Amino acid sequence: MIWWKHSISFLSASIDRWFSAALRIGALLAALIMLFILLFLLLESWPVLRHIALMRFFTDEAWHPLEDQYNLLPMVTGTLYASSGALLLAIPLGIASALFMIFYATPRTAVLYRRLIELLAGIPSVVFGFWGLTTLVPLINQWHPPGASLLASILILTLMILPTLALTSYAALVAVPKDYLQAAVALGLSRWGMIYGVALPAARKGIVAGILLAAGRAIGETMAVLMVAGNVVQHADSLFAPIRTLTANIALEMAYAMGDHRAVLFVSGLLLLLLVIALTIIAAWFGKTHHV
Amino acid sequence: MSKLFVNKDKMSYLLRDLTIQVLIYSAIVCVSGVFLWILFDLIRGGSALLSWQFLTDVPRDAGRAGGISSILASTLLVLLIALLAALPISWATAILLTEFISAESPFGRWVRYSLQVLACVPSIIFGLFGYAFFSLYLGLGFSILSGGLTLACMLLPILVSTAEAGLRAVPESYRLSAVALGMSRAATLFHVLLPVAAPAWAAGLLLGIGRAAAETAALMFTSGYVDRMPESLLDSGRVLALHIFDLSMNVPGGDAPAFASALVLILLLLVINLVAMRFTYLWQRKKLNAE
Repeated sequence: MIWWKHSISFLSASIDRWFSAALRIGALLAALIMLFILLFLLLESWPVLRHIALMRFFTDEAWHPLEDQYNLLPMVTGTLYASSGALLLAIPLGIASALFMIFYATPRTAVLYRRLIELLAGIPSVVFGFWGLTTLVPLINQWHPPGASLLASILILTLMILPTLALTSYAALVAVPKDYLQAAVALGLSRWGMIYGVALPAARKGIVAGILLAAGRAIGETMAVLMVAGNVVQHADSLFAPIRTLTANIALEMAYAMGDHRAVLFVSGLLLLLLVIALTIIAAWFGKTHHV
Repeated sequence: MSKLFVNKDKMSYLLRDLTIQVLIYSAIVCVSGVFLWILFDLIRGGSALLSWQFLTDVPRDAGRAGGISSILASTLLVLLIALLAALPISWATAILLTEFISAESPFGRWVRYSLQVLACVPSIIFGLFGYAFFSLYLGLGFSILSGGLTLACMLLPILVSTAEAGLRAVPESYRLSAVALGMSRAATLFHVLLPVAAPAWAAGLLLGIGRAAAETAALMFTSGYVDRMPESLLDSGRVLALHIFDLSMNVPGGDAPAFASALVLILLLLVINLVAMRFTYLWQRKKLNAE
């Protein structure tokens, strides 16, 4: 397109150039924020990275930050147990939700269920945590004390990542060409035969991308887990043992941390950030479409 | 595939399909049931204390008594700061990416890529960044200003992507007509594209507000915990979500006001979401008429 330089509504000949320059400054700011985040996390964790060997975060005796003992391993396993448990529960539920909306429900029910999932996605994490604390934790406590436990955090995380999984799987399954499904039906496949043999394999990449995004959310979730996990620094030996995740550790100790201790918390933040960025990049590579 | 065609009798296929269907339906019932359970619990726990007085009274006795007026004021101020900072930047980015440079240009790709990564950064990381940058480096301390600016960073990706989608959905024929009439790019944007994309932008704005109002972890070490009525933007102010957290974790006997605050927050988000859906609907109808 050839854009005219003069017009009756904007008389200045160079308006487009000035306007474009202003827009570029805005976009530059937006793009720089990600770099700034990395830079400041590095800057704040630098004092510790400089004089403490990285291996010490995994080989120190325990997490006693006030006595220079910085073993992050219990928090790392806490994060891993909680998020993998949540994924294990949420993946079948999320894919079932997507299949329901596309292949099983009537259009009206499908829209209704979609709204429900969207509303579930909109519930703030602190409200999930609060509900877990007042309802789920006492229930688990009756069954097997103390209640605030790995199990509670898995269940709450499941609810929180379910919408991500359901909506991304839905998008991936909707994008499967109608021809494939019609061909499957013409071949005499039953409904599940069509889903399992044609629809799911065709949507596989999008579903995997959704799972990776959901994993990123589960790892990064703070408030809800902080409220229901019990926050004891230990390797969980059962589902009912209290755990502490990396994110909860930052939220709990940042308020009073000083010196090296604070820098170590920034190191764990950096670790989390790099992990989530890696997951996002792999997900983008799988999905090619992004989901904000 | 061949497994699907082996000569089993038809009954076993029917049985398998039926079992799967039952499993899927029970998963749906499970999810819906838990959603209703949460809603029911919040309404039952919160409605007892929720009243006009609760909304207009200041919190007393660490929040156990009184209301949440100062909390609401802080929340509103933080949101306002976040939007004032994020809107110009994100809208400028969206306009640049859709109307002024090609999506494949190196600068465009870099901007889009970094926003895509930014969208996945956990909120606690934004909290750490905001604390290190706004509170300490820029010297804003625990204040509404530093909390608002931290939230602004968090809102950028969602605001950019919704505004971009709104602009991209404007039919190409509009731009062609504008060129044919001899309009400049800026004039086309303000007189043709923006009026058409406005409902989509409004919907994006509301989604952003909803996201910001729900945020807790990013504000813990940036806007702080003080529950007094804020007197300036450099005062610390406790937002609603953080108030719920503090009442339920640190204040014994704070459950009743926490329930009421949670109900207020949920109702607020519900209204925002419904209005956003309305705008999206309007926009889609406008788009249909345009085509």
